[in-house]
Amino acid sequence: MELLIIGGGPAGLSAAIKAKEQGLADVCVLERNSHMGGILNQCIHHGFGLHIFDEELTGPEYAQRLIDRALQLGVKFMNNTMVTDLDENRLVTYVSPNGAAQVQANAVILGMGCRERTRGALRIPGFRGRGIFSAGTAQALVNMRGYVPGKRVVILGSGDIGLIMARRMSLEGAEVIGVFELNSFSSGLKRNIVQCLDDYGIPLHLSHTVTRIVGENYNLTGVYVAPVDETRTPIYAQEEFIPCDTLLLSVGLIPENELSKKAGVQLSSVTGGAIVNSDLSTNVNGIFSCGNVLHVHDLADDVTLEAYRAGVAAVDFIRNGTKISQTNKIAVTAGKNVCYVSPNFVQPNEEIELLFRSDGVFRKAKITVKDGENVIKTLKRRVVAPGEMEKVKINTGNMKGCTVAIETE
Amino acid sequence: MSNVLEVSENYDTIIIGGGIVGCAAAWALSQYNLRVLLLESNNDITCGATKANSGIVHAGYDCVPGTLKAKLNAEGAKMFPMLAKQLDFPLKVNGSMVLCFDKAEHSHIEELYDRSVKNGIPEVEIISAEQAYQLEPNIADGLYSALLAKTAAVISPWEAAIAFAENAATNGVQFLIETKVTNITADNGLFEVFADNQKFIAKTLINAAGTSSAYIRNFLAKDKSDYEEIIPQRGQYFLLDNAHKNFVKHTLFQLPDNSGKGVLVAPTADGNIIVGPNSENISKEVDFTTAEDVKTTKAGLADVLEKIAISVKGLPINGNITTFAGVRAKHSSKDFVIDEPFPGFVNALGIDSPGLSAAPAIALMLTKLITKKLHPTKKADYVATRRAIQRFGELSFAEKQALIAENLKYGHVVCRCETVTEADIIDAIRRPVGARNLDAIKRRTRSQAGRCQGGFCSLKLTDILQNELGLSEEKIWSC
Ligand SMILES: Cc1cc2nc3c(=O)[nH]c(=O)nc-3n(C[C@H](O)[C@@H](O)[C@H](O)COP(=O)(O)OP(=O)(O)OC[C@H]3O[C@@H](n4cnc5c(N)ncnc54)[C@H](O)[C@@H]3O)c2cc1C
Ligand SMILES: Cc1cc2nc3c(=O)[nH]c(=O)nc-3n(C[C@H](O)[C@H](O)[C@H](O)COP(=O)(O)OP(=O)(O)OC[C@H]3O[C@@H](n4cnc5c(N)ncnc54)[C@H](O)[C@@H]3O)c2cc1C
Repeated sequence: MELLIIGGGPAGLSAAIKAKEQGLADVCVLERNSHMGGILNQCIHHGFGLHIFDEELTGPEYAQRLIDRALQLGVKFMNNTMVTDLDENRLVTYVSPNGAAQVQANAVILGMGCRERTRGALRIPGFRGRGIFSAGTAQALVNMRGYVPGKRVVILGSGDIGLIMARRMSLEGAEVIGVFELNSFSSGLKRNIVQCLDDYGIPLHLSHTVTRIVGENYNLTGVYVAPVDETRTPIYAQEEFIPCDTLLLSVGLIPENELSKKAGVQLSSVTGGAIVNSDLSTNVNGIFSCGNVLHVHDLADDVTLEAYRAGVAAVDFIRNGTKISQTNKIAVTAGKNVCYVSPNFVQPNEEIELLFRSDGVFRKAKITVKDGENVIKTLKRRVVAPGEMEKVKINTGNMKGCTVAIETE
Repeated sequence: MSNVLEVSENYDTIIIGGGIVGCAAAWALSQYNLRVLLLESNNDITCGATKANSGIVHAGYDCVPGTLKAKLNAEGAKMFPMLAKQLDFPLKVNGSMVLCFDKAEHSHIEELYDRSVKNGIPEVEIISAEQAYQLEPNIADGLYSALLAKTAAVISPWEAAIAFAENAATNGVQFLIETKVTNITADNGLFEVFADNQKFIAKTLINAAGTSSAYIRNFLAKDKSDYEEIIPQRGQYFLLDNAHKNFVKHTLFQLPDNSGKGVLVAPTADGNIIVGPNSENISKEVDFTTAEDVKTTKAGLADVLEKIAISVKGLPINGNITTFAGVRAKHSSKDFVIDEPFPGFVNALGIDSPGLSAAPAIALMLTKLITKKLHPTKKADYVATRRAIQRFGELSFAEKQALIAENLKYGHVVCRCETVTEADIIDAIRRPVGARNLDAIKRRTRSQAGRCQGGFCSLKLTDILQNELGLSEEKIWSC
């Protein structure tokens, strides 16, 4: 097998399409679910595809466009196929109802997406019965199964899925009492705050958290919320009880890199995704990473663009071997006010778009890319926020180092 | 619902409570020609203290010599490794250490050692700090000495209870869940046991109702002066991702001090790391353990973290996947109470720690009290072994291939974090004393027990529960 792609979400499908378009004969996508499309299948709202298809599509429509194109190009799909093992020599082990099998691939693209952070990770004390869902699980329940899990809803965390579920639950007739966010800023897209909260009169309480969960027998009966101080410690004196039957958590996404670890892929402690070069190759020869398994994206369109690059690079690797020079590679670092930058390494003399997120909200921001003290590029932004991924294009020339920073006036 | 009592008669023995003690008693009785019924109030067996404890089979050195606890812990600990093979549940002999950080307290280590001799516990020794650090590099700095007990083990407590129950059911014991005993009367040498609109009649009863064991016993008391009491004591825990499974290999205890027993850190039988429990009295009288009783609290969890910092350094607490709590059923005597207060009514009361470790021995003792009364013969067709649900993820490639060839549903992985297949889930539902809800599936297969905590697989499980049992979506998500 020439190219195996793990995961059939927008990342895997887009990478497969690009690889085929480069003329590669043998491209196969392995997907554990019964359908291709990944998380898009449960995102039935609009807002996908503005950049890639120049139209506003729903998640399933966006996925279908990719599926149709991939099939037209002759990509091989293997559904209901769970990859259980991957090693540093690109031996891929999978199980499906057709059996367990092992395939040696010339290149592998990782596109496994992410999972949601759970209540356990937050360590909120209290009741542990039913009525507490991660927002994505609730989204699947409502949109894929037509089951609305509650009538009075509190949402903790202002991630995009939480914001979208605030609107969705309202449309389903539930009362959404509010969205509570630990940080002094939302981690979601501005457009989602406007379209999903403001338009529905749902309040967003910044610098607040859920401190306790209360329930009786099998049912949730309410939560305590409290404001937090600058160190994000709850001010317990101001705890307030809110009766509710459902608590949705939208408190972060974690790239699903358990397989990558088995292959020895090095991961970033900041993003939880692989450490990659500018062509999205990892430290393991012939293994590439893109989409949410690399770092969490806000928009499926960005996932597709990134995956296209992984597709091109994988084909190039299969045909010509690696282009990455270990001796000349330039480390890209996150400077002041920047949370992370992707990719982690670039090569000299290339045109490259750096993707990054700020670690707070900054108004009248000046973005700088520097090589030591040398300013390579500056950009101005009215506002930057962690919820919106930023991009900056540079030519690396003969840079020795590369730091992205945000300065404010 | 009608008010007419449905009467089921002619049981030789009714066991009240489906925790490890009730299930082990059912297993021990099932080798005899007896009609045995087990009643459990919850929607699954093993939902009481048995699902929320440290899962340690204590070596048995710390019980006060001469007590029932000392005797039954030693006997139970000896039985467990063999039972784990016979009934196929996870048990790892990982050894335990009691850590001493203060030279002045070393005498307590010596005292524990003396108890181990008196209690007849093999393979216990006092080791130096250097030896301890060699075995466990993450022990906090400043260790003085430690007591090493090589026979201590960890088990999955609910899997053990389920294994006992399945084997008992295979040998003819009946199980009824969602059946809460609300009264008992004694009449002409027979007991009448009431639960909702049902009445059950039996010659003998076993009270294995955990925190409710005093409530059950007191139905037959003459008056209030004869009442027994249970002191409920909560313990809270953290459970860390199995990515950290090598953080400690042994169970690490602290020396008991004035403020209580101290907290432990240990690997679980499934490869996670468990940290806890604290100890706090729940002020209210607990007849039935409720969600309120097993809630976790900010203060309790903070207490656990503060105390464990004495034992180990660099605990990867950011790898926490869940917190939980269990309630100990303590008796004022601080010992187990295993007796026959009324003829034919046999008690297992005050079964707090080491109740898990002692459970098989408690079961034999209860069984002896019953057989003395009923003189049953042994079954000719007794089935001594039980087979566990597959651990698909742990099989070799060839074994996986063979299973899928036999049943396609093994090729459908439902739970991604723990690699559980559709065939395993169906098995968990169809077995004797099978799963009837999402949590029961979790205890039998580990799906939803991994790092995503059911975020993905719970929806697929819903489909399977609907197909197998015809349950409504509403019912599945509300219990
Ligand atoms: C719950 C949720 C809701 C979201 N909602 C929105 C939204 O409304 N709008 C928006 O723009 N973005 C949303 N996102 C963000 C995200 O950017 C998506 O737009 C995009 O789907 C990510 O694409 P992906 O291909 O990287 O991952 P996914 O779409 O998650 O695809 C990964 C695929 O890989 C498969 N897979 C993983 N491991 C294996 C394995 N071992 N073997 C086989 N297959 C495997 C998975 O089953 C999955 O189908 C959401 C993300 C999540 C998690
Ligand atoms: C925090 C903690 C840590 C512990 N750690 C350990 C350890 O590491 N090692 C060890 O050996 N022991 C340990 N123990 C002790 C051990 O867990 C218990 O001794 C053991 O689980 C008790 O089992 P049981 O069957 O008696 O009780 P339970 O498991 O509580 O079972 C009682 C059952 O009776 C049912 N019931 C109650 N009332 C009724 C009714 N009216 N009708 C029908 N059914 C009813 C309940 O629903 C329940 O299922 C620990 C306990 C706790 C709480």
